[in-house]
Amino acid sequence: MTLEPYLLYALAGVGLFAIGLYALIARTHLLRKILALNVMGTGVFLFLIAIAYRSEPVADPVPQAMVLTGIVVSVCATGLALALAHRVQTTTGRMVLAENDESGA
Amino acid sequence: MTLWDTAPWLLWSIVLPLSAGILTFLFRRAAPWIGIATTLGSVVSVAGLAAQVVHSGPLRYSVGGWGVPLGIDLRADGLSVLMLVMSAVIGVAVSVYAARYFSDADATDERAVQAHQRAYFWPLWMFLLAGLNGLFLAADIFHLYVTLELLGFAAVSLAALAGKRAAVVAAMRYLLVSLSGSLFFLFGVAILYAAYATVDLTALAGKVQPGPLAWSALALMASGLLIKGAVFPLHFWLPPAHANAPTPVSALLSALVVKASFYILLRLWFELFGAVVTPATATFLGLLGAGAILWGSAQALHQPRLKLLVAYSTVAQLGYLMLVFPLAQNAGSALTAWSACVYFVLAHACAKTAMFLAAGNIAHAAGHDRIADLDGITQALPLSVAAFALAGISLIGLPPSGGFIAKWMLLQAAIGSGKWGWATLILVGSLLAAAYVMRVLWHAFTQVEVARPLHRVPRTMEWSALALSLLAVLLGLMAARPVELLRSGAPVSMHAPGQT
Repeated sequence: MTLEPYLLYALAGVGLFAIGLYALIARTHLLRKILALNVMGTGVFLFLIAIAYRSEPVADPVPQAMVLTGIVVSVCATGLALALAHRVQTTTGRMVLAENDESGA
Repeated sequence: MTLWDTAPWLLWSIVLPLSAGILTFLFRRAAPWIGIATTLGSVVSVAGLAAQVVHSGPLRYSVGGWGVPLGIDLRADGLSVLMLVMSAVIGVAVSVYAARYFSDADATDERAVQAHQRAYFWPLWMFLLAGLNGLFLAADIFHLYVTLELLGFAAVSLAALAGKRAAVVAAMRYLLVSLSGSLFFLFGVAILYAAYATVDLTALAGKVQPGPLAWSALALMASGLLIKGAVFPLHFWLPPAHANAPTPVSALLSALVVKASFYILLRLWFELFGAVVTPATATFLGLLGAGAILWGSAQALHQPRLKLLVAYSTVAQLGYLMLVFPLAQNAGSALTAWSACVYFVLAHACAKTAMFLAAGNIAHAAGHDRIADLDGITQALPLSVAAFALAGISLIGLPPSGGFIAKWMLLQAAIGSGKWGWATLILVGSLLAAAYVMRVLWHAFTQVEVARPLHRVPRTMEWSALALSLLAVLLGLMAARPVELLRSGAPVSMHAPGQT
């Protein structure tokens, strides 16, 4: 069985998602957590683009439309997260979520 | 055919709050009035929609006439109508409460903070309502993702509104949890599209077959929704986020926002993955629910602060909703379990909003919400304590409350299919709920000789809490109508209960 190019990209997307998830759980610095979420999101987008690439001869527009929407959502999410992180830093003086930290995320 | 019959009501229930979000941002002075008018308007549009669904069955509407796959379709059936009714009714009560809460000088500590809160509460709440209504009307799983994100953004910003250290930290954690949950869900959407080349719920319903792709999609979407829905043991973010928000926000987050994730899970489970789910996965979700009921109640029992107690009670009550999955396994009891859990959602929404509003009144009057120091509060705030007690009746599940009917139907489903373990759990959960409600009332009803100095609580704030708690109790007396509506529009799989 040969590895189709789209499959390679799809697996890379899965990999990015996993890397992002790991960093989201393992890293404590808020900026790193926000970046980790972006990496996770990029993983999903790459997966969607790989699916779109699958159809011949022209790419399937639906996943591409989803990725466009997803990018808009993810930009907004990052903006909100950065603003909140900044607020966390000004009120607590630190860039980590310290108190009662029973959380992984 | 009159205009009332043909109007696209499902569109209005999204457009109204969305435009109100912009208007309340532009006209800050009039914001409370715009907000109340919008929630009243959404009650009207939901009434129109309900009439249409009762009359002619489930509806479908193509926004802009584009249609699938590139356009957005909306659809409404019995379940979505009931959810919309819930958000509209809770919306009116919370808006009336909030109009007074944010204009009352004593309600918040500093005037600057108060002006800030008032300026941002209304637009965010309107966007929250728009996202929520859009979510309940979504006809495809990608649209569900987008509305879930819209809802999440508004909810997180509202949770951060208090601006205090604890609130900001809780909101940040909430945002991280919410975003990762949504990404899990989106990944599930992508996998389903990869496998079946559509995101439309109706088109997918017949297509999804057991297999590695369907399993991974289910696992990803379910874990995303479980973390967003604060299902034990992924509930860690909920109590601080809900308890540190301003009172109207706590009520909205606890009553409506967590239900959105559960609503999606319910739809996916019964409509999409009916052929994929196994008894083991259903039992697993049920066990998570059991954990939530026991752990949430136990935590609620020894919280020092009233608002934290109410928030942990939400964790416990969400556990009951998870019981629908194992109980609906048996074909004979599926419909009962399904109606029970939807009714539970409605009853809990009313009771929990009332309870949070009453708790807010008590905290406002006393200047703190330490349960141990609440003695004598009944003398000063009889209405709010009554609201708390009535909401407690529904949470415990005493007749004739909505919570009683919901738990009764759950018990029927459990006993009818011979699942005594789940039945015992439901009863134990009720006892625990009784214990934590009584714990508050015990302190509240203690008489004191010298009354403590108390802040005055505006009457609208007391009455809106009481009205909702009365509704929570009376829901038990008008159960037939909603259950009938639910049946008439229920997903097809409910009429032919053959799924295992």
